[in-house]
Amino acid sequence: MTQIYSKYPFFLIVLGITFAPEFKHLTVRKQLLITVFSLFALLSLPMLSMAEHEEHGHKKEEGKLDIKGEIFGHIRDAHDWHITSFNGKHITIPLPVMVYSPSKGFSLFSSSRFDHGHAEYNGYTLNHENGKIEATDGSKLYDISITKNVVSMLLSILLMLFLFTRIAKKYKSGIGRTSAPKGLQNGVEAVIGFIKDSVAVPNMGKDKYMKYMPFLLTLFFFIWINNMFGMIPFPPGAVNLTGNIAVTLVLALVFFVIMLANSNKHFWGHMFNPPGVPLAIKFILVPIEIISNLVIKPAALAIRLFANIFAGHTIILSVILLIFIFGSLSKVAGIAFLPVSIGFTVFMFFLELLVAAIQAFIFTNLAAVFIGQAIEEPHH
Amino acid sequence: MSVLTVLLEGIASAGGAIGAGIAALGAGVGVGQIGKGALEAMARQPEVSGDLRSNMILAAALVEGVALFGVIAGILAIVL
Repeated sequence: MTQIYSKYPFFLIVLGITFAPEFKHLTVRKQLLITVFSLFALLSLPMLSMAEHEEHGHKKEEGKLDIKGEIFGHIRDAHDWHITSFNGKHITIPLPVMVYSPSKGFSLFSSSRFDHGHAEYNGYTLNHENGKIEATDGSKLYDISITKNVVSMLLSILLMLFLFTRIAKKYKSGIGRTSAPKGLQNGVEAVIGFIKDSVAVPNMGKDKYMKYMPFLLTLFFFIWINNMFGMIPFPPGAVNLTGNIAVTLVLALVFFVIMLANSNKHFWGHMFNPPGVPLAIKFILVPIEIISNLVIKPAALAIRLFANIFAGHTIILSVILLIFIFGSLSKVAGIAFLPVSIGFTVFMFFLELLVAAIQAFIFTNLAAVFIGQAIEEPHH
Repeated sequence: MSVLTVLLEGIASAGGAIGAGIAALGAGVGVGQIGKGALEAMARQPEVSGDLRSNMILAAALVEGVALFGVIAGILAIVL
């Protein structure tokens, strides 16, 4: 099956190159048809790379399809960035491995030394089951490598810095203030205005919101951009940053620290001594308030974002892997299931686009609401 | 002993999947009620439909968050 499909993307690329200049001369209906068709074709590319990958040699149980391994392999962090696979060979970007072991000291080397988990280097091996580095003598080690997640986070930070410093410089020089905004300023101004008018001001008040705008804006754009990167099937995408509980926990922790640092006496007073509540109920209410405010709110923020993105990625991967499950039953069933699966995957991708933006908005909105509750002045 | 472990693992996976399904049920009912309330309000007062739309999306995302807690618990039941 893979022999038939390995020539398919090249044929399409050639087709695209030959027809590109004439695209504008076609009717709108034909343009739409070609776009939808090429979207179908483009989105079947990751499926092809997965086809080669599972034939490469991770054959457990007599060459059976390892569904769980495939799904978690694509969701997990890794020490190399997989671009594609070609005729059984993996094309990856190897990333630096930094390991500190109390017995062996600090080691820094490229993960290509591991040869995708088949070789041992400097007393360390790459465990192919869970992608983690282990010492051959079983000693404890601290893995502080620059993995896929770290590189993608740095890339998105660079993108944000580049974009927003350019736009800010433009504003500083007067374009967009004394004249009409130009170029990227238009789009970014709309989003920043939306965050200010619908998220910051209603929750924090007109006089206090400005202090928190940088935090809210960074949060929103960071989550949105990283969600979008998670949906591109090749580098700089092909990474699952916000679907990683560690990352979302740290985001929630940052929000928690900001909330605590800016909370006032009124907030703590209401938590430990809610007014207008009889004493007996206070014994129940105060622990509930404490746990709800200090534990559940940040944890819910973290888990909500993690679960949404993780679930989206898992569903898309499962639907595409269904092709292979059907294919292992019979070749015809696999090919026949192809349009169904790809149609559903395209729909899921559209839904994921929506979820990417909505989850960023929800995280930012709830952070603003909770910080607003913590900085509220008493009104009698 | 091995039959029992295999059976228990199967039951754990089944429990996880059923739990996730029930969570999805809860999400469906919840978001449906939010949509119903929002649509009725928009029908009564079309000029505030922008406000209503953003609040509806906010409330829907909160309800979906809770449903996804259930899905995570289901995944944990299968994996752990």
